[in-house]
Amino acid sequence: MENISIRLGVDIGGTFTDVVLEKGAERFSTKVLTTYSAPEDAIIDGLHQVCEKAGTSPSDIEQIIHGTTLATNALIERRGAKTALITTKGFRDVIEMRTESRFEQYDLNLNLPEPLLPRQRRYVVEERVNAKGEVMIDLDRAKVEALVDEMVDAGYESIAVGLIHSYLNDAHEKIVREVIEEKLPDVMVSLSSEVSPQMREYERFNTVVANAYIKPLMKSYLGRLKGRLADEGVSCNIFLMHSGGGIISLENAADFPVRLVESGPAGGAVFAANIAASYGLDKVLSFDMGGTTAKICLIKDQTPKTSRVFEVARTYRFKKGSGMPISIPVIDMVEIGAGGGSLAHVDSLNQIRVGPESAGSEPGPACYGRDGKHPAVTDADLVLGKLDPDNFAGGSIKLHVDQSQAALMADVGDTLGMNATEAAFGVAEVVDENMANAARVHAVENGEDLSEYTMIAFGGAAPLHASRLCEKLGIDRLLVPPGAGVGSAIGFLRAPFSFEANRSVYMKLSEFDPERIKTLLSDLKQEAVSFVRNCDAEADILADFKVYMRYTGQGWEIPITLSEQEAMNPDRETFLALFEKDYAKLFGRTVHGMNVEITVWAVNATTPPQPVPQVPVTQGDSFAEASGQRDIFDPALGKTTKAAIVDRFEMATGAKVEGPVAIVEDETTIIIPSSRSAVRQVDGCIDITAKI
Amino acid sequence: MTKTPSNVSYQVMWNRLISVVEEQAQALVRTAFSTSVREAGDLSAGVYDVQGRMLAQAVTGTPGHVNAMADAVAHFIRRIGRQNIFEGDVYITNDPWEGTGHLHDITMVTPSFFKGTLVGFFACTAHIVDIGGRGFGADAASVYEEGLYIPIMKFAERGDVDMPFIHLVRGNVREPDQLVGDMYALATCNEIGHRRLVEMMGEFDLADLEGIATFIMENSRRATLERIAALPRMEAEGALTVDGFDQPITLKVKLTIAEDHILSDFAGTSGVDKKGINCPLVYTKAYACYALKCAIAPEIPNNHASLEPFKIAAPDNTIVNALHPAPVALRHIVGHFVPDAVYSALDKVIPGVVPAEGAGCLCNFQVSLRPRSDEAAPKDAVRAEVLTFNSGGAGARPEHDGLNATAFPSGVMTMPIEATEHTGPVIIWRKELRPDSGGAGKQRGGLGQYMEVGAMEGYEFDIQAMFDRVNHPAKGRRGGAQGASTTIAQDDGSTMRGKGKQFVPHGRKVMMAFPGGAGYGEPKERDLALVKRDLARGYISAETAQESYGLSPDDVAEVLEAVRLGTTS
Repeated sequence: MENISIRLGVDIGGTFTDVVLEKGAERFSTKVLTTYSAPEDAIIDGLHQVCEKAGTSPSDIEQIIHGTTLATNALIERRGAKTALITTKGFRDVIEMRTESRFEQYDLNLNLPEPLLPRQRRYVVEERVNAKGEVMIDLDRAKVEALVDEMVDAGYESIAVGLIHSYLNDAHEKIVREVIEEKLPDVMVSLSSEVSPQMREYERFNTVVANAYIKPLMKSYLGRLKGRLADEGVSCNIFLMHSGGGIISLENAADFPVRLVESGPAGGAVFAANIAASYGLDKVLSFDMGGTTAKICLIKDQTPKTSRVFEVARTYRFKKGSGMPISIPVIDMVEIGAGGGSLAHVDSLNQIRVGPESAGSEPGPACYGRDGKHPAVTDADLVLGKLDPDNFAGGSIKLHVDQSQAALMADVGDTLGMNATEAAFGVAEVVDENMANAARVHAVENGEDLSEYTMIAFGGAAPLHASRLCEKLGIDRLLVPPGAGVGSAIGFLRAPFSFEANRSVYMKLSEFDPERIKTLLSDLKQEAVSFVRNCDAEADILADFKVYMRYTGQGWEIPITLSEQEAMNPDRETFLALFEKDYAKLFGRTVHGMNVEITVWAVNATTPPQPVPQVPVTQGDSFAEASGQRDIFDPALGKTTKAAIVDRFEMATGAKVEGPVAIVEDETTIIIPSSRSAVRQVDGCIDITAKI
Repeated sequence: MTKTPSNVSYQVMWNRLISVVEEQAQALVRTAFSTSVREAGDLSAGVYDVQGRMLAQAVTGTPGHVNAMADAVAHFIRRIGRQNIFEGDVYITNDPWEGTGHLHDITMVTPSFFKGTLVGFFACTAHIVDIGGRGFGADAASVYEEGLYIPIMKFAERGDVDMPFIHLVRGNVREPDQLVGDMYALATCNEIGHRRLVEMMGEFDLADLEGIATFIMENSRRATLERIAALPRMEAEGALTVDGFDQPITLKVKLTIAEDHILSDFAGTSGVDKKGINCPLVYTKAYACYALKCAIAPEIPNNHASLEPFKIAAPDNTIVNALHPAPVALRHIVGHFVPDAVYSALDKVIPGVVPAEGAGCLCNFQVSLRPRSDEAAPKDAVRAEVLTFNSGGAGARPEHDGLNATAFPSGVMTMPIEATEHTGPVIIWRKELRPDSGGAGKQRGGLGQYMEVGAMEGYEFDIQAMFDRVNHPAKGRRGGAQGASTTIAQDDGSTMRGKGKQFVPHGRKVMMAFPGGAGYGEPKERDLALVKRDLARGYISAETAQESYGLSPDDVAEVLEAVRLGTTS
């Protein structure tokens, strides 16, 4: 990859399609409105814009890396194909019965999300595999044939197959596929044992159904995109960003489109990881705050933390349990309904609440003067002086402070006996506290102490709130990189080719079987490597080995990383020692006398990380010149301060500022409170640190 | 002197405390050993001030615990004695009357010290799979037979765990590793809460929790009282009859809506049962209070002040106020019916708010597997205890159908059957919706579910059934029809009882159908599009579509043909 000089990153988001072209060390970017009916149109438009800026032509591009929210949106908006599920007799309703619980316990009118497939599209076959992977009831091929015949008239485009315990024994799922391929050659088939070979039927079935549901759509989109790009003269390979933070081939993406869910946010995390690498930082918290949501991710050793399951399409105030689980390797992020557009109100307890309802772009926050009557976080930011009313979005939108004040008084101040500034302070504090709480909980869940972390902030609203978050979390250093508005697309260009293969197989340490482990991990490695080989026939491929372990009887596994040496020469004592070390770190103590078991095995194959040039950090050798001054409320001091205004693009490398200061740019403003000072580094990052 | 925090600071601190207890609960889910906790979420966690008043509770958890836990810490303070509370202590109990209603719930309380001074407490509760005795079930004649009783005592003093106590516990239960593991998990969970509290106090420069406690209490009390004041000042009576163990049980409730409280009086309710389905008052109160809060003040967080205006009375030795030593292991059965009883009265106070009756109690069973005794068993066969939580259908609501196979009022989750089958040689042959079980109505009751359970080759088992609504299905409201009743039998047709431990020989399966929720409003008023949808999905049969909802045979044929052609959704 190091020889490639012209590369294109494309991120299709909900509102904008971001296109970034890198030509050697130069970078050109643009934002184009997403064209929902034919998303490739926006890409072609953006492609021409950046080519023109760079003075190059589409045929010179040597690699395209693409991430998209289309898969996620198809699931949220239920715009998938006509899909059926074939499952084990007795388990027709697994994806509908969910966990048999209510995610909000005090709402008598609660409704649960509908499953992706209604009941009449779920079919059963007689067969059964047990928890040891042994067949208890054979699958009768003739019965499968009869079933598929029965399904013909319904005209399904895609069929998911999910059988009980198939992650241990996939023979029956494969027979079902053979029959479908024989009888309905045009229908796409997805097997749960391939899409998500993990224990827990609800998650696995839902994941295979989601894959089947979006497969025709994504396959057709990716095919069209390839064709359109070729028409424009693009001859290079196109790769896709996946949810785990790596890149796979277009063909693999079309077969496993569920792996593309959350690829945009994954790009953001890779972007932050790359900044972390260029600063040599091993403990980083990435903080991405936009108009409606904030996303937080832990990045250790320059690698975003990953997880095996996540939830998409939450239907109820971003509440855990209100969406659907997808069990695939994914960058582990906390997403909360807190953004610049999040609306504030006072509840019956006289508590200020912020979000997840958002003002959106129409009417937008009250300050836009478009008839928005309710106060949003942006209104609070404006009243506190964090935004300049005459210089928002490069001056393209004039903000109305009086309307913000009126909305804040009407919905917050009048009820609580506060003036507009106090109300704004309250709203900003509550939203910052919500985000800080999410970060704290996430850190504790991972046994991390945030005071050792550096924050990297990007997204439109993040620089306004990041310093306050650092104060709340006891984080001393904050980096705000340039290009943060197209961070995900830049992240795509920094991602390695990678694929994680995993499987649920139970093994107690008391029944430790080194030969079996070696075989299992070798098989997984081979599977993962083959995906990466589809992208690059020659590159070196590294393998990361992970096993998920727990005390026998627990339900929550913790990931233990193994070196290749430890994986290929498995030793019981080593596994135990690694587990106990991590367990004690997470939960404070080990449990005496309990058996330990391994539940999931995972191998991530990846091309080596691209060498990242180190940024020579300067402590600052000159003071940046202020272009003015304005009043900004400092929440830590609880009072208004006189802050200098500095233009980001006027700051030379090594230029230093002392808080309180507002560093302004077209897209956003970086607020530096009295507790901090900042230096512009050579790569354009604003490096903000706590004053000693 | 520390300065008085601003209103905004108190807002932030209240948020923080709620986040702290949530984190505490999540830690428990991740470290617990019992499937009931880790997979089903049968747990709760809260933070208290020095007087033992609950300030915040985790959203994760189940209503029966949390409201009961609101009272528990005061018992701990009284029993341990303030002079004996030291930094590093951890206390424990499973006292049904001072904890959460049966021996299977372990409650642990940790005093929280900040700069050497006691500033509050953390408590958490979890349902454990076994506590010895007869095992989890209704068969005991007194609490003495139901397992090991742990009075309120120290689990750890000044950081040192009482090892003789652990030794004693291990010797008295069937799954000692799990239980001891869970005790440590509970202690860890409180510890996590404590650490976060201390951080918060440092950040806001607090010496104690008095200021924030007052802020939380005042706002919560005021908001709750406003809701109560908005109700008509009146009395209303309601009643509900369910199967019980050997004889039916009637729960009677009279609600008195006063200016500043609501009293639920259970006078007239059946007396205690000989078997372990009796309910200590603390658990009855939890569910009465939960039912009222859902209907009247759903978004006000649970704490001492928001729960206090919900008062309860019940004569001694009624089944909702069983006194020591009544057997109480399955107190959830009666407890889970308390909301339906309360709603039958509340419906007269605020019509059009509360649902029709639902399945009520969880459809739980425990399977005790052992090597077959009729013939030679496999050499490596082991014994195992497997507990599963399952739900019938919920009652239809005034504006919505009842939820299918979803727990109400309980907040627990079911376990994945693949996970269950990894815990022992049990096979779940079937777990799916039960068509036609939801009571007909303008809004249809939620569907119950079918389950079939057996053992692996070489095993036989006892099943401990904990089902109700065999003879007393859920009743509809405003013309809605009743839900389907519970059935249970072996696959060879031999009958079984809804409650109690019953032997299942090698090779046999238990076939169960769990109850549906009742309907709300006249079935004839149901939107025909919804009737057709239900038919297409198979929630109702063609017969029900015609007989209960008046769909014509032509319409039925049309729907079924559309299903075949894949044109329905």
